[in-house]
Amino acid sequence: MAENTNTPESDTQAAAPQTHVAPGPHLSDRKLSTRRMMVDVIIGLLPVTVAAVIMFRRYALLQLAVAIGGCLAAEALFACMRKRRPTLGDCSAIVTGMILALSLPWNTPVYVGLIAAFIAIGIGKMVFGGVGYNLFNPAMVGRAFVMLAFAGAVGAPAYVEAGDVGELRDKMPWLESLGAMPAQYAEAPDGGADTVSAATPMTAKKMKDAGEEGGFLTKFKNLAVGNTIGSLGEVSAIACLLGGLYLCLRRTASWEIPAGAIGAVVILGGIGNLMDPSSGWTVLDDLAGGALLFGAFFIVTDPVTSPLTPKGKLIFGVLFGALVMLLRGYSNYPEGVMFAVLMVNAIAPLLNRWTVPKPLGGPAPIPVK
Amino acid sequence: MAMATTTPTSGKRTFRHGIHPPERKGLAADAVIEVLPTPARVKIPLLQHIGAPCSARTKPRQEVALGETIGQADAFVSAPVHASITGTTAMPSAVTIPNGRHMQAIPIKAADAQELAGKALLKDILGGDWPTSGLSQHSPEAIVEAVRAAGLVGLGGAGFPTHVKLRRNDDKPIDTVLVNGCECEPYLTADYRMMVEAPGPVVSGAMLAAHACGARNVVIAVEDNKPLAIDTLGKAAKGTDVGIVELRTKYPQGGEKQTVQAALGRTIPGGGLPLDVGVVVVNVGTAASIARAVLRGKPLTHRVVTVTGHGIVKPRNVLAPIGVTYGELIDFAGGLKDGAARIIAGGPMMGFTIGSRDYPVTKGTSGITVLTEDDVAKARETHCVRCGRCVDACPMNLVPSRLALASRNKQWDIAKRYHAFSCVECGCCAYVCPASIPLVQLIRLGKAQMPREEKKA
Ligand code: SF4
Ligand code: SF4
Repeated sequence: MAENTNTPESDTQAAAPQTHVAPGPHLSDRKLSTRRMMVDVIIGLLPVTVAAVIMFRRYALLQLAVAIGGCLAAEALFACMRKRRPTLGDCSAIVTGMILALSLPWNTPVYVGLIAAFIAIGIGKMVFGGVGYNLFNPAMVGRAFVMLAFAGAVGAPAYVEAGDVGELRDKMPWLESLGAMPAQYAEAPDGGADTVSAATPMTAKKMKDAGEEGGFLTKFKNLAVGNTIGSLGEVSAIACLLGGLYLCLRRTASWEIPAGAIGAVVILGGIGNLMDPSSGWTVLDDLAGGALLFGAFFIVTDPVTSPLTPKGKLIFGVLFGALVMLLRGYSNYPEGVMFAVLMVNAIAPLLNRWTVPKPLGGPAPIPVK
Repeated sequence: MAMATTTPTSGKRTFRHGIHPPERKGLAADAVIEVLPTPARVKIPLLQHIGAPCSARTKPRQEVALGETIGQADAFVSAPVHASITGTTAMPSAVTIPNGRHMQAIPIKAADAQELAGKALLKDILGGDWPTSGLSQHSPEAIVEAVRAAGLVGLGGAGFPTHVKLRRNDDKPIDTVLVNGCECEPYLTADYRMMVEAPGPVVSGAMLAAHACGARNVVIAVEDNKPLAIDTLGKAAKGTDVGIVELRTKYPQGGEKQTVQAALGRTIPGGGLPLDVGVVVVNVGTAASIARAVLRGKPLTHRVVTVTGHGIVKPRNVLAPIGVTYGELIDFAGGLKDGAARIIAGGPMMGFTIGSRDYPVTKGTSGITVLTEDDVAKARETHCVRCGRCVDACPMNLVPSRLALASRNKQWDIAKRYHAFSCVECGCCAYVCPASIPLVQLIRLGKAQMPREEKKA
């Protein structure tokens, strides 16, 4: 709203400083800004990033550089095309890039990472009008696109085929000492340690459930610490919790969303456990395995694509958790976080409509003029 | 700490949501109330309250004495105005008051001799003994009439005529008088100084108000950032049934709905008033004026105004006559500093900036806050990132971002669905918004522009 310097009456005796009128409130909380929130997310992502770098070293750094660089370049490019001031300063492109990189496998080809970044910013964000207007989480839009278009390179089979145990050992000899070779974290594989594939914990479980050779269950300890194969950001549950709690404490992420998601997984996973107590896979593995925590704390909490009201956020989180469990259990994919994010994003506007809070004391009647 | 003794209060001492802006009360908190030297001229607006304007009762060039009625209230919801200095009237002329309204005012040119000024005036208004017993000798009708004749209106800013609130109404019996000493606006300290320096009239006035409206309980609510006030009030209320409730400091606790919620645990229905839940809320300054009107028969001619802010050379609390200009008060406080950017009537959250130093002080002027460029600096507006912080801050439990967007796009059906008319315009939403969106400003605009049914004549 424009400030105007108006002087309805003579103002001749006014002292030297020129004062102006403007509508209140005249103070604002300067500790809060869009940029500060984004920086918070970056800080929150650090533990996960560090864990990824410890695990995958130069491969992780490469993915991060490609995705962040790609997102920044795309943001600048599209802003120029729309003849808008580039909004690089708000750091949101960096956040998108980090989340994208952390959701990719370590061996993603560079061109695939770049394409994902451009799709994320271009289709995921800019066509909607930039930050604040997008309906879907940009990083997940980019991730979904390459997942479908380059299934061989970044889909579930990528982990198994592109990186069989031998190749893993060749390229990342340090995995052995981290205890992160699949054979080290496999818990009682059906045909003995030799048959263990290089699958991620979630894929290995899916394979085992399907009775395929090479399937196995992963030890909980490894899921928690993160010394397993998987997408860069999903490996360490502890790192996700650490960064996630920081975000919730800073209130940059709304606690209702991860709480709802974790609650849903605990309940659904608990029911699964009760129905099949001998499976060897517990609720804790449901929580720590795959990208659930990463998604619950860092992806679905993206404020732009989640509901505004506390009640809406809780329902949103619960739906997310339930969808993840559903997709894990019944879809062809071993993990369901990405599709679950996109699906709940689509219903966030509806949740907003359904959860209009009741004003204190009930709605005031509309006064007559 | 003197806590409520006999008075049942079931409030949680706080309310939901709200914000913690910087208090900045230290600037003027320790400045003892000073009396403004009698100004050469005052201009007394004929409408300083919610309701019908007064009609002028004086002719131009008429001699008037301090306290003489110069504007009489003909309607029920109205309040008379009185000469705040002794002198000679002039032709009524138009003035603008800070909320932007233009109206008639009666100018008075000061006589050379003023019967009351300086220390004597201060003593007359706040000093002396204020009895807390034997008050029932005043009949409720007499109290209401004295309050009406004294021109009392809410001194917290809203300016609703006090006598209307105190009148007994058998449909809506009142059980509690709640004296609002929250003063939750940052910077302002007028009520605080009143509670510290003159707790006597506050307590007496509260008891008189309770007697008038038939309330059994009297509660004074003070935020816990004012321990000295809680202490002095506690001492003044010793031996009476008046309870002091210490509320946890938060903005906008002084809002009627929030004070009643926090202090008494009662929720005022949407669009309703405190009397709907059996409560009459009066500001501390109003309570003191009630005592003065009833016990001393004196009208409301002066009020304490905080002149403060980092744009003021010497922040002060000033006892000023109604009708003196803002400019004179600013000069009395040393004038503006370089870098002064906005002169605000009231506090920084809900006050209005004034465009001229010639605006007159009215009964509702609680303070003049001068902010600097640095204070008001704000980041560029960006898009709403739907962070929900405005939702978490809104004391009325609304969705400000949605309301503001609806106002901006003139989507009145959405504005109604999201309860635009429940907004109390406290400004919490705009204060917290990380995208610097002028939320309350947009909502306010929307409320004003929204097509509504005309009042049936
Ligand atoms: S605080 Fe501002 S940015 Fe956040 S949801 Fe409200 S309007 Fe949008
Ligand atoms: S919407 Fe209205 S009541 Fe709610 S915080 Fe904003 S100004 Fe205050």
